[in-house]
Formats: sequence, C-alpha cells, structure tokens
Amino acid sequence: MILEVNKISFHYHNSREIFRDVSFSIDRGEILSILGTNGAGKSTLLNCIANLRQPNSGEILLNGKPMSKMKVREISQVIGYVPQVHSTAYAYTVREFTVMGRTPYIGAFSTPSKNDYKISDAALEKMGISHLKNKPYTEISGGERQQVMIARVIAQQPQLILLDEPTAHLDYGNQYRVVQMIRQFADEGYALIMTTHNPEHAIMLNGKVAILNNEGILDVGRAAETINGEALSKLYGLPIKLVYNNEAKRNVCVVC
Amino acid sequence: MKYNSNDKQALSADSEKSLQKKGQSDSANKFKVIFFTSAIMLMIFFAMSLVTGQYVVPIEDVIKIVFSNIIPIEKTWNSIQQSVILDLRLPRTVAAIIVGGALAASGATYQSIFKNPMVSPDLLGVSSGACVGAATAILLNANSTVIQMAAFAGGLIAVMITTMIPRLIRNESTTILVLSGIIIGSLMTSIMNIIKFVADTDTQLAEITYWMMGSFAMITFEEMLPLLPAIIIPIAAIMLMRYRLNVLSLGDYEAKTLGINIRKTRGIFILCSTLSTASCVCMCGTIGWVGLVIPHTARMIIGSDNKKMLPIAMIFGSIFMIFIDVLCRTITTAELKLGILTGLIGAPFFIFILFKQRRQVQ
Repeated sequence: MILEVNKISFHYHNSREIFRDVSFSIDRGEILSILGTNGAGKSTLLNCIANLRQPNSGEILLNGKPMSKMKVREISQVIGYVPQVHSTAYAYTVREFTVMGRTPYIGAFSTPSKNDYKISDAALEKMGISHLKNKPYTEISGGERQQVMIARVIAQQPQLILLDEPTAHLDYGNQYRVVQMIRQFADEGYALIMTTHNPEHAIMLNGKVAILNNEGILDVGRAAETINGEALSKLYGLPIKLVYNNEAKRNVCVVC
Repeated sequence: MKYNSNDKQALSADSEKSLQKKGQSDSANKFKVIFFTSAIMLMIFFAMSLVTGQYVVPIEDVIKIVFSNIIPIEKTWNSIQQSVILDLRLPRTVAAIIVGGALAASGATYQSIFKNPMVSPDLLGVSSGACVGAATAILLNANSTVIQMAAFAGGLIAVMITTMIPRLIRNESTTILVLSGIIIGSLMTSIMNIIKFVADTDTQLAEITYWMMGSFAMITFEEMLPLLPAIIIPIAAIMLMRYRLNVLSLGDYEAKTLGINIRKTRGIFILCSTLSTASCVCMCGTIGWVGLVIPHTARMIIGSDNKKMLPIAMIFGSIFMIFIDVLCRTITTAELKLGILTGLIGAPFFIFILFKQRRQVQ
C-alpha cells in the first residue's frame, strides 16, 4: 500500500475541527476523488497528506513507514503535489520550471544534470508541450501552466500524485482532457488523489470517492456506490439526481 | 498525452525538435558568450581603474608595477607611482570587485527567498541596520572586530524587524514588505542622525559620515583582509546552493513538496546574504542600489534561472562598482562618495528597468 491514512483529525489553532477520524488507503493504479463544499477542508486534507500540515492526531503511512518520521526529501521522492494554477514571481522558462521537479534528486550544492534535463524534457514531450519549452512560464495561459505543472510532477517521478482542484480555472475542453489524463496516469501505475468540485469528474474516473461533509466526516467508497442522488443532494443542499445517459454510457448529474 | 494535439503539430514535430535542440544549445551558448564577454569587460575595467586617476602613471608602468610583485622586472618607475598603484588604486579596485559582486549576489538572494523582485539589502534595512550597528560601535570607540560584529547584528536585526511586520499584521504582500522596509529604513536614518548628533565632531563624525555614504578611498589591504572571509565564504555558499533559490522562489508549499527543508535552507540564505552585506558595509560603508539594480539587469539579459543569473549578476556588480568608483575619483578633484553616484545612476536606471519589465511587475 502506497498510502495509508489512519484516523487523522485536524483543527486550526483555536478553531473548529475541519475533519476527524479520517481513514482511507490508496495503492498503485488507484484514484481517489475528494468531494466537498467550499470551505469543507478538502485542500486542508490534501495538504495533510502532502506533509504541508500536520494532523493533530492519527498517522499517515507511506509505503508502510510513518510519514512524520520521514525526511522532507524522502517524502518528495514518493509524493508529487500539483497545486492550483498560479503564477511565479520570476519569468522562468517552461523548461527551467519543469526541471525543478528534479529537486528531490539534486544535492544541495549542485544544479540539474544533463540527465535531469533529459527526464524533464521527456515529461514535457509526454504532455505534448515541448513547443512551450523556451517560453516564460509567466506568459503562457492557465491551461498551459496546468500542463507544465503536471509535466513537473512527472519529472519528479513520484508514486503518488496529489492534485488540488486540477480542473479549476480550466475551460470545458481542458477539464475533460485533465480527467482523461488522470485516468491514463492511473493505468500507468501512479496512485492519484485529487480534490474536485465536479461530481461527474469523479463518476468519469470511476475510482474511489471520498465525500467530506461539513461535519468533518469523510465517507469513502467506490464511485458507483458512494455517489448517489441522495448523498449529493445532502452535500450540496440541492435536489440532485443521477440519470443514466445512453450517449455517454454513464450517469450524469442533474439538478431537478 | 497531448491534450491539444493537432495534425499540424505532428507534421512539424521533426523540424520543431531540431529547432528546440538549437534553442537549448543557444541558451547554453548565450550564457557562455555573456559570461566571457562580461568577464573580459571586468578585466578591462580593472585595468582602466588602475590607470585612471589624478596622478598620471603610464599604462606600461602600471602593468610592470602590478607584475613586479610576482616576477622580477627592472624598475622604470618611481616610488610614488608604485605607491599610487599598489597602495591606493589596487586595493580600492579589488574592494570594488568584491563588494560589487557580493552586493549583487546578496540582492539576488533576498529577491528569490522573499519571492519578490523589489527587495534588496537596502530596502530590507540590512544596509542601514548594519550602518547603525557600526556607527554605535564607533561611538563606543570599539575596535574593528567589534565594529564588524555590531554591523552584522544591526543588519540581522533590521531584516528581522522588516520581515516581521508583514507577518504581524498578517498581510504578506509585496506592498506591505516594501512599506515595512521603508519604515525600518527611515527609523534607522533617524537613529543615525541621533548618533551623528552625539558623535565627537572631530574624530567620530567624519568616520560615521564615511560609513553612511560609502567610499573605497581609505581602503587598504590590511583592513580588507580580515573582512574577506566574512564576504567570500557566505557568497561561495550562496553560489553553491544557488539552484535552491529557484525552488524557494516558487513559495514555501511548493518548495517543501519538492523536498526542500524550508526553514533550514532559507535560514542559511538569509544568514549568508546578511553576513556578506554587513561585511561589505564594514569595508566601505553603505552603498545603495547595487543589490537591486544589478540582479534586475542580469535577469533582463540572461533570464531568471539563478543557475546562470547569479554568476552574471556578480560580474555585472563588480563592473558597475569599479565604474562608479572610477567616476567618483575623476569627476571632480575632490572625491565623491559612492552613495551619491549609485543613487544618481541607479535610480534613473531602475526606472528604465521597470519600464522594460512593466508587464511582469505586479
């Protein structure tokens, strides 16, 4: 098992509990989609797994080892993190930006080697964005930045990839392509965890789903079982039904 | 996995590939060309600095005098000429090279770790803090070691206060950091004025003024030597670790998920750049603008990657410092202070840079 989360709870200093007794696990080739309303704490949960925040109780095991006892660098060789699309203070070229994914393997006193560039160039190639290589990261579109960030995480060669709302700020077509790509990554053997605001993405991925409700309880299960009209209606406070669509050959969400 | 695949792209993939390869070697070549061109320029400026001055020494004699230390050369010059070159111009030129390079490197470091291209040793209050520390030590008639340590402590305290204010008011934006830098800067100026007020007008005041404006005029190798390790070692550390600056400039979260121990790495960088800036202040007083303008210039020419940018910025810093120093001693018969010229040249130049980069500055 790549990642095992055992009964973790989290609250900010002097604040209400964001989630409690959260447990789940994920292995090679599996996808976990985390659903929840705005402010429910999806990103906080993802940050706990990324070692960016420490849970107040419980433990997280990475390949059987407690994460709290691992070095930052060791963790970064197993977990790759794709933050939401953002800009940088400096105009690094796409190539310079992508090769930073190699940092976990570069010594404190050295710079990326030819091999590091080779790996990151291959990642750009894989994403089909080699033509952006010499463009400044600050001057490409949001969709392109997302692709570059994913290329960087591929260059990082992790076993588990965390994506914080990978479909946010993307147009309809790019959202769909990201979902397809996540599916493909799972088939290649990566474990993936993503947060999303769109239950249909979770349905399309057809992996594990975790619904974080506003009481801080996480309900985990297979997409087909966990996502139903009742659960979604309760979560979003809207009358939502799942309707089977013959054209798409899957369930789609409708508000009615 | 192309998510925007189209036939045109596939067709031109081959030609594109060769273009990219060319592009990559171009950028590597560009670095080499700029590096060697600026290194040669630095040597020319070095020679120019030895030749230029009120007292005329012919070029061939300058060369002979410099090399007479290493290889035996028949003496065709007088001892005044020798003294002018070896005791006056050589030390100040060497000091200009070191200080210019160190300030540029420190500035670039601060800019990366604060994820903010608008910060510099002056703006964060490091220079003025170091100046207050040193002036206080001078006021207490301390020896040069104590002055140096006081300068370092002053610089470190100033940068700590400046970076604490945004955290205190929970607004870590560029604007607030720049504002708190201005606040601490003017606070330090006020303290400097108090120190000047109580200083002994005959002895201490001149020394303190010298510090405030910056000058290489009184530098000697004997004075320089003990300060050199405090500048060179931290700068060497920064140079060795410079790739980490790229990653740190992405922000704490990303840097951490890329395997960097944020607190430790950032701590080392702040310590190194503060120590070298403070030691530069010890050597020649506060010199503004270099730490801000030079990294910007280097970034404009070679790009933001610190792997390439930092070495270029250091050479540019050295060239700029020699240039300013030469101007200081040639414009008028009396020596001008460095701070006057770096301000006069640096400020308009910075406006020009801002204009060029207006799209990137947020």
